[in-house]
Amino acid sequence: MTATTPDTAPPATLGGKAADYLDQRLGIAGAAKKQLRKIFPDHWSFMLGEIALYSFIVLLLSGIFLTLFFTPSMNEVTYNGSYAPLDGIKMSEAYASTVDISFDVRGGLLMRQVHHWAALVFVMAITIHMLRIFFTGAFRKPRELNWLIGFGLFVMALLEGFAGYSLPDDLLSGTGLRIAEGVILSIPIVGTYVSFFLFGGEFPGHDLVPRLFTIHILLVPGLILALITVHLILVFYQKHTQWAGPGRNNENVVGLPLLPVYTAKAGGFFFVVFGFISLLAGLVSINPIWTYGPYIPNQMTAGSQPDWYIGFLEGSLRMMPNLEFNFWGHTLSLNVLIPSLIVPGILFTGLAVYPFIEAWVTGDKREHHILDRPRNMPTRTAIGVAGCVFYAVLWIVGGNDLIATHFHLSLESITWTGRVLIFVGPAFGFWITRRICFGLQRADRDKVLHGREAGVIIRSPEGEFSEVHAPLSDGDRYKLTSHDVHRPLTIAQAADSNGVPAPRLRRAKLRAKVTEWYFGTRIEKPSAEEYHESITSGHH
Amino acid sequence: MSDETNHPNMTEIGYDEERGAVAVEEHGFDGHGEVVPAGDPFADPGLEPHRPRITDIDAKAAKRAERQVALLFALSAAATIGFMVAFTEIPRTAVVDFFPIGPVSASNFALGMLLGMALFSLGAGAIYWARTLMTDVEFPQERHRLESDPQARADAAAEWKQGVEDSGIKRRPLIRRTLLGALTVLPLPALWILRDLGPLPGDTLRHTAWKAGERIVNNNTVSLDGATGQGVRPEDLTIGSLVTARPQSALTAGEDFNNMMAKSAILLVRMDPADIKSKQERDWGYQGIVAFSQICTHVGCPVTLYEQQTHHMLCPCHQSTFDLTEDGKVIFGPAARSLPQLPITVDADGYLVAQRDFDAPVGPSFWERG
Repeated sequence: MTATTPDTAPPATLGGKAADYLDQRLGIAGAAKKQLRKIFPDHWSFMLGEIALYSFIVLLLSGIFLTLFFTPSMNEVTYNGSYAPLDGIKMSEAYASTVDISFDVRGGLLMRQVHHWAALVFVMAITIHMLRIFFTGAFRKPRELNWLIGFGLFVMALLEGFAGYSLPDDLLSGTGLRIAEGVILSIPIVGTYVSFFLFGGEFPGHDLVPRLFTIHILLVPGLILALITVHLILVFYQKHTQWAGPGRNNENVVGLPLLPVYTAKAGGFFFVVFGFISLLAGLVSINPIWTYGPYIPNQMTAGSQPDWYIGFLEGSLRMMPNLEFNFWGHTLSLNVLIPSLIVPGILFTGLAVYPFIEAWVTGDKREHHILDRPRNMPTRTAIGVAGCVFYAVLWIVGGNDLIATHFHLSLESITWTGRVLIFVGPAFGFWITRRICFGLQRADRDKVLHGREAGVIIRSPEGEFSEVHAPLSDGDRYKLTSHDVHRPLTIAQAADSNGVPAPRLRRAKLRAKVTEWYFGTRIEKPSAEEYHESITSGHH
Repeated sequence: MSDETNHPNMTEIGYDEERGAVAVEEHGFDGHGEVVPAGDPFADPGLEPHRPRITDIDAKAAKRAERQVALLFALSAAATIGFMVAFTEIPRTAVVDFFPIGPVSASNFALGMLLGMALFSLGAGAIYWARTLMTDVEFPQERHRLESDPQARADAAAEWKQGVEDSGIKRRPLIRRTLLGALTVLPLPALWILRDLGPLPGDTLRHTAWKAGERIVNNNTVSLDGATGQGVRPEDLTIGSLVTARPQSALTAGEDFNNMMAKSAILLVRMDPADIKSKQERDWGYQGIVAFSQICTHVGCPVTLYEQQTHHMLCPCHQSTFDLTEDGKVIFGPAARSLPQLPITVDADGYLVAQRDFDAPVGPSFWERG
């Protein structure tokens, strides 16, 4: 049996020969035939995840360079490098090697700054990408599992960022670790032991930097890489979601082919992201650890701030009243435990399980490939906004000292404002968002029934002024009416069956109540009758 | 009209499993025969016709776009070469002054700009190429239900069942249970072998380096190498002045220095004894000089901001505020416990020393603290 079919001429070009070689061994032609011209839909918001992916690649590349020069050791050395203000000062090898990378390794400072900026961009891009997925309902069936993987990546990114931030052993990062130690100590029963095992004894000890180094350059990046791989395979396999529009429906995907358009666009975008980060690194100083000095536990400068993604934990810690209990020879530090572990725990768990909660509420078991416009799911959008407001209040209070000094306000009043806003803000955000969503839906409905405002004012013979409304195109009309309008469930619907045993009935009642809360108020789409009536009777 | 009247075969919430999202296409029509103009006004009109770009119809514009793309790629290559030249040629200590950024490292600035330009132009060229010269005719590809067809599911279930049956795991509970048992305990050593990551806490968190007669060394007098420093005499401190201090043994602590400072760092403040509200605080001080732990009782940051008029100390991390005139008690912020006070006195040479260790554990709370 020959490897090529008789009527196929042997490949003449180099690329053809390479493909032939691979196909004879791996049989890649079948996959290539299907995937090379795979269609991807186009929208700016689909690039957010790409930014996260590309900044991760930048992190890997710059990180490899940094490992060649960084010494992950807390052994004490005396600095004799070229940065004069630190001359003769005792410091850890980790700190000294980071200063060396910044001043004595050519291109070292650039790589450090590229690495740090890329980390900030990475977490930022993941966060915004996740919000995009949330507000457009892209997490619905069949993508719930990919949402969980994405959530895992988000948590890993935060851990990875904090571990990397802590490695240089400078005054700021050491203080960050000190806070982390305080947080770990607040864990009931096991906290003290966890802290001693993590730090290899008392804080700060000599073991943490080498341990964090392994976690930062091997363990967590390995996990992130594995999760990203699965994440992307699923995006490929399940095909990308798309926005509603003419010719676009749940059974197709409309867009441009991977080869050549997305190869060029996505490949090019990688270089744009990398280039942007390089420009930032060349222009804007980030984490100048030589100005902070080495970590010493009794030194701290006022107004110092962590990287942006840790800010919400800072605010949470700052805002919490000083609740602490002593009983039976034990101390329960709720003033630390609640803001640093319980509050983020609830926030993150809610984020992770939201798709499953919503699926239970709607009872919707269909596959969804058309994105929701946020306005068409007012309650979900409002929940999302409430969560964002909650996070934002924590984050802002994380800078309460800077707000106080910049705006000449008292720290106490800012903290107390935060303590009130953390409850009032999300509630207000929820309420106003739902109102806005309903308003936008009504505007859509009006647009469908009466057309869009043409900007042409006419005066009737009676002297009345009115604006001409131009009818929508078929495509726009379809776009504005193709969504579902969900309805609350009756208890019988919520229960799935007729002979309902008592515990299921209770659950059904709860479910009916929740759907009432979700979908009780709703804006119906115009019916065909309404539409035809409106176009035959004129626009008034 | 409502879905309920239209679709008697609706599922629990009124969706039709089979028809999925196409329900909208029939909106307002079935079951009614009313006089409405023909055609569903909300039907999907299908893909809009392709609108050609200028580069699709104007050969000159296409040629111009081609040159622009090539220029960007050439610019990228030039910047890449420039990056290597800058790496070798610019001395690493050179500084340039750029308005409004101020003085920056010439090497870092040039390398960042050139690398950024090399990457950015390459990416911009590729994207511009795709947007002007590559096809922009959108076309649909079919999406298939992810769920397998019922036959495949049934077959897979049968294969699984057959496999399980062949293993005999259901029929042989002894094997099943011992296997589960073995698999349950197997991960435990992974935790077990982590035991030597660190020593057990014991009572280490309750003790610091302070002991009777331990001399207090002013941090400001400590030499750069940390090996020498001077003690504090009461007459060195004027009323309202604050110094941070360390135990004398910290001068010889070597590699343990940071561990020692993490617990033993203190503040010395001299107040008018009349301003001290607590009798115990006055007794544990010396002529209005009092010593407090510098480690915040919240999560362990050093308390460094001193308000001279009120003798309040503020922690810069989370703004816990302590009143040094009244046993270091918390007056604001998330800390729950007072700053522990170190009882001090003077030794035979007239230097301030500790009377004994702190009575209470310093720093953040922990479960065993009590």
